[in-house]
Amino acid sequence: MPEFSAPSRRGILFGTAAVSAGALITGCTSNEPEKKDSAAPANAPVADGAPGKAVTIGFAGPQADHGWLNAINDNAKQRAKKYSDVTLEITEGSNDTAAQIGQVQTLINKKVDVLVILPADGKALTQVGLQAMKAGIPVINLDRIFASPQAYRCWIGGDNYGMGLNAGNYIGEQLKDKPDAKVVELAGVDNLELTKQRTQGFDDALKNYPNIRKVARQAADFTVESGQAKMAQLLQAQSDFDALWNHDDDQGVGALRAIAQAGRKDFIMVGGAGAKSAMDAIKADNSVLKATVLYPPTMAASAIDIARAVAQGKGVGGMAEMEIPASITLYSAVVTKDNVAQYLPTGFI
Amino acid sequence: MTQPASAARQDAPNLVKTPPQQEPKGSGPAFGLRLDLRNLSLLGVLAALIVVGGFTKPDEFLAISNLQLVLTQASIIGVVTVGMTFVITSGGIDLSVGAMVALASVWATTLATQEYGFAGILFTAIVVGVGCGLVNGVLIAYGGLVPFIATIAMLASARGLALQITDGKTQIVTVDSVLDLGVKDAYVLGIPPLVLIFAAVVVIGWLVLNRTTFGRRTFAVGGNPEAARLAGIDVRRQRLYLYVLSGLCCGIAAFMLIVLAGSGQNTNGNLYELDAIAAAIIGGTLLSGGRGTVVGSVLGVLIFTTITNIFALNNLETAVQQIAKGAIIVVAVLVQHHTLRRRGQT
Repeated sequence: MPEFSAPSRRGILFGTAAVSAGALITGCTSNEPEKKDSAAPANAPVADGAPGKAVTIGFAGPQADHGWLNAINDNAKQRAKKYSDVTLEITEGSNDTAAQIGQVQTLINKKVDVLVILPADGKALTQVGLQAMKAGIPVINLDRIFASPQAYRCWIGGDNYGMGLNAGNYIGEQLKDKPDAKVVELAGVDNLELTKQRTQGFDDALKNYPNIRKVARQAADFTVESGQAKMAQLLQAQSDFDALWNHDDDQGVGALRAIAQAGRKDFIMVGGAGAKSAMDAIKADNSVLKATVLYPPTMAASAIDIARAVAQGKGVGGMAEMEIPASITLYSAVVTKDNVAQYLPTGFI
Repeated sequence: MTQPASAARQDAPNLVKTPPQQEPKGSGPAFGLRLDLRNLSLLGVLAALIVVGGFTKPDEFLAISNLQLVLTQASIIGVVTVGMTFVITSGGIDLSVGAMVALASVWATTLATQEYGFAGILFTAIVVGVGCGLVNGVLIAYGGLVPFIATIAMLASARGLALQITDGKTQIVTVDSVLDLGVKDAYVLGIPPLVLIFAAVVVIGWLVLNRTTFGRRTFAVGGNPEAARLAGIDVRRQRLYLYVLSGLCCGIAAFMLIVLAGSGQNTNGNLYELDAIAAAIIGGTLLSGGRGTVVGSVLGVLIFTTITNIFALNNLETAVQQIAKGAIIVVAVLVQHHTLRRRGQT
């Protein structure tokens, strides 16, 4: 989780989140609080693991029918358990917009102190976010963003564009000395905006490497079955290419299966999301999969941290601001054989 | 290609208005000609697609490896479609096929099952498929539920159960003997084992539908259930068997999917119900029952798979693929109808 080694803008943002998260997990702020205090105003309390005002957090997420979403729910639940002062009111996940609106309204009626919402569809749930904010309940918007900043107090989520960008740059560095290199893209669900952002980031990164050309792109459905089917087609269509960027590690299980079935070893593959199976394969280094770009489900644990801090009126450790920031974008780190040991604990099943 | 050349006699007669007692022994010349034309027009569509594929991507499309790929990809949905053809021929519908494939695949790939290796996985997949089909059949035949309602309830609950079993996680198969069936070494004379299973299901399905009492009863129930009952057919038991048959096909398909994808996931079999129904209808099976053709369904599946293959080889965007797929479905059906209308046989 700690992201100190690669200080970029996002790295700094996520790094600060990680600092506070780390402090919260271990509750070890007593070791070095003086350094921060010199910069922060004396009246800015910082969230830590020590029990504070009792807080009820309402959590509404989509149906966990996918490894990553399942990990989101797990992360939120596990994190809430760590705090003796937090009660988590969790609703049954739903991919139906109307159903999720109803669930959030129920949580509003229950008068929870703060809401964490991962909407099935960010735009469609904006109204109910506004409703909660108007009722005086701060909303922590997780990942899929609401259409209006008025609908949330803080947004925390992954960086889809950055995922594509970092995947593209990693592949670019691997292939930079190869003239006329070819890459193939196995995208996720094409009618999701996040898929377009991942592709845009990837394409923008490839512009830095004029020797590389994207020769094919097909979309799958984030499932193992679709990953296998679409990859089998791509392998048939492209008899020769140098690198593959696959948007999602779940469909990557299927893609790797298709690659093994076709007996192909002539390219490198970069995955996305950070599933444990992908990290295991990277560590074992016995397949074409050489890296995966993170979209960490730990953001759900951070959302619980933020929700608690907001409800208790506290700020973030490691930052001078008195308040929790309005938005936090995670960093899409590239996990390779060199650093996989560090990230393996965050890999989701 | 798996379809036999002698398509002329592959279908039992249309019994919509014919009491079963007067059922002809085989296909009469008129029926033979009609159904022959229907399948010929489908073959024409398939041939046209092959020309397009061969023209746009000659090296990739016409390769043996691509033929193997297309047939492999057609085989799983193909097996489901054979079961669906029986159900629709009897005047029913099975909307739960995708969910049954999902449930059977996740149940068969749970850790406990994997301990028993190949046989454990195969057995569990088939038992779960048959079990779900049995529930469907009992609800419809003896509970009096409309097939649409009973199978949509099964769709919801089987998907829910699959989600609960997996907890949203992908269950990766570690049994080598199962995985090995999907790789090139297992090909028999260049034919992937999954394609052989598909071919076997098609041949058996065709024989059962067109050459057995069971098949004749299926047509009779679909054509006119009341007449079938008067003729001494136990309509309810026949319906029960048909949904069990569909479940059995889903169990087999689930096993094939495990071989291909190397895992069980609750999202497996997504939208199979629509693909299978579409393939059966394009193939000439009548949604209102009484007429059904296994060979037509197989052609329908092959047309779908070939389209998908050509699209992927030409690197078409998802949106364009969907639009074109819809258009080709319409064209395929129009060509059929036009061919028949010109002969005055619709």
